[in-house]
Amino acid sequence: MGDKIIAQAKPKAEEGRHNLPFAFRHYSPGELGQALRKMYLIRRFEEGAEESYTRGLIHGTMHLSIGQEASAVGISLPLTDDDMITSTHRGHGHCIAKGAEVSRMFAEFFGKETGYCRGRGGSMHIADVSKGNLGANGIVGGGIPIAVGAALSMKKLKTGRVVVSYFGDGANNEGAFHEALNMASVWKLPVIFVCENNGYGMSTSTRRSTAVANVADRAAAYAMPGVIVDGNDLSDVAEASHAAVERARHGEGPTLIECKTYRHRGHSKSDRNRYRTKEEIEDWIANRDPIQLFEAQMQEYGVIDAAGIEAIRTDVEREIEAAIEFAKTSPAPDLAGLTRDVYTDLA
Amino acid sequence: MDTTIRELSYAQAIQEAMAIAMERDERVFLMGEDIGVYGGAFQVTGDLVHRFGEDRVMDTPISELGGAGVAVGAALTGMRPIFEFQFSDFAALAMEQIVNQAAKMRYMLGGAVSVPLVMRFPAGSGTGAAAQHSQSIEAWLGHVPGLKVVQPATPHDAKGLLLAAIEDPDPVMIFEHKLLYKMKGPVPEGYYTTPIGKAEIRREGKDVTIVATAIMVHKALEAAETLASEGIAAEVIDLRTVRPMDRETIIASVKKTSRLICVYEGVKTLGVGAEVSAMIAESDAFDFLDAPIVRLGGAETPIPYNPELEKAAVPQVPDILKSARDLVNGVR
Ligand SMILES: Cc1ncc(C[n+]2csc(CCOP(=O)(O)OP(=O)(O)O)c2C)c(N)n1
Ligand SMILES: [Mg+2]
Repeated sequence: MGDKIIAQAKPKAEEGRHNLPFAFRHYSPGELGQALRKMYLIRRFEEGAEESYTRGLIHGTMHLSIGQEASAVGISLPLTDDDMITSTHRGHGHCIAKGAEVSRMFAEFFGKETGYCRGRGGSMHIADVSKGNLGANGIVGGGIPIAVGAALSMKKLKTGRVVVSYFGDGANNEGAFHEALNMASVWKLPVIFVCENNGYGMSTSTRRSTAVANVADRAAAYAMPGVIVDGNDLSDVAEASHAAVERARHGEGPTLIECKTYRHRGHSKSDRNRYRTKEEIEDWIANRDPIQLFEAQMQEYGVIDAAGIEAIRTDVEREIEAAIEFAKTSPAPDLAGLTRDVYTDLA
Repeated sequence: MDTTIRELSYAQAIQEAMAIAMERDERVFLMGEDIGVYGGAFQVTGDLVHRFGEDRVMDTPISELGGAGVAVGAALTGMRPIFEFQFSDFAALAMEQIVNQAAKMRYMLGGAVSVPLVMRFPAGSGTGAAAQHSQSIEAWLGHVPGLKVVQPATPHDAKGLLLAAIEDPDPVMIFEHKLLYKMKGPVPEGYYTTPIGKAEIRREGKDVTIVATAIMVHKALEAAETLASEGIAAEVIDLRTVRPMDRETIIASVKKTSRLICVYEGVKTLGVGAEVSAMIAESDAFDFLDAPIVRLGGAETPIPYNPELEKAAVPQVPDILKSARDLVNGVR
């Protein structure tokens, strides 16, 4: 696989293969194109969701991951469909990166029976369990110990699979985070803790909420590697993920990866952005957008050209339109099914 | 006491109560997630941080268990914390401090201490926030001796019960239905308290007693209006306090009407209505009953996301109407 990349990347890569960013050494142009496509699909899914909300087609609230696409996609690059994740309230990107269909995601949003949760869960719970997604979560930190439990199963069942737990910076102040990391380390479990540090838990900056400068600094307390990466650089994220997944697969235990990133939108639909400046937001959007950064890298290393990018965009556009149409025309749940799945049907 | 009355929203009334309490008493302060510049998830604290500063309107990290414990410790040692949960569902993370510590401390230490703690819980369904952000868990806490549990249904009571809670030497848990926050109603200016442990008759009637909590009070009143046009006079009692429960008011009403409906949003089984019904069954009002007691509670399910399912999961006005008509007409 590596050889193919060198060939492809040659025009701009005279300095030699080891000077290329990890992803460009490790993945084929086709695979890199797929990664870009996924990031773009996440972006357009979120924008489509936002638009549907604005047009009154969706009730409730939602937490958009626009600006954080590189961590979702980069982390999941070394994962197979058999590996698992636990996700968060800001989980649409993780879900797509792990292979979910946007049509059934939109259907869930629209509260339809064809949605991943049959319209019972909505934005905060969308997950494709068949792709190893053990659930988004409405509870901050709720998924972290669950990931450790899943990793315990993976170890006991000798599956060779690993589990990724995504969470935000805010979650690192929940007791569940600390208890879970400790157990994962003591029992050397195949789990990767991925903190998507976007600087804020709702309105509260990490500076105001967290005693250490970096969430990764917490790793030392639980005797595991703590790795900080530029969460908006897909290649950096993927590199850290590869190392952590390798380590986990080889029975060497957990890793904590901190992806420094930023959410472009407010926390949820009711956020008035009173706790951060316009300049800060605009700077991240203009200068550190993960999709723009990756597109630029791909072009720089000769992996794709403008036409190639345009083709991906057009393709994603078609997929999003079809998905929304599928969601709109899908049937609503039957009211008679109100209490279905509260318990397992033993009949 | 200033008795000027104006219209305030339920959220504004709570905010006013907190401001008055902080002005009157240096020891009162607020803790919670995003209650500062954000103004609280439901804008209840609003701009209080600008009036009282960050030392008295404290944003906590996302640490419900620790935060609740810090509030318990501060209450134990001379302060008067008001702790806001962002959603009542997150009480689940703090149950240890609420149930094992705050509720029992005075008893365990033989009366040597008290825990004058107030906790506020935005509660209930109807916002499309699904299973982990929509629960009505007042019965969980109502089951714990040592706690007082209130559910104000009007802006007037939201202010009065909060001020009473702050005065109270024991831990008081306040459940605020999210759909009520924007509801307006008359609220007197200045300081007043609404008694904890006292129900309020919102509408008098002789044919059927409807005991309701929180938002269900308004649904019951709406139903009573329709019933009146059909010649059925419903008496609507706003329970207001789940623990300690006002037995006298309910017993007297049932003796008068001989019929009882309890309507509450929490899950029906083992909920507030179970206690009201059992209390009547054990009392001398039992002999006055002309029909079985009816409980209208939440369905036996987590709250679903789809709006139609969500509505179907909790009692609605037509459910109350049907139950009242059936009771009065002797339909079983
Ligand atoms: C236990 C719990 N506490 C509070 C909340 C309300 N809440 C939802 S998301 C959020 C902020 C989370 O911040 P972070 O973990 O940094 O994730 P981000 O939203 O930035 O992606 C808060 C306070 C919750 N859902 N669960
Ligand atoms: Mg965050």
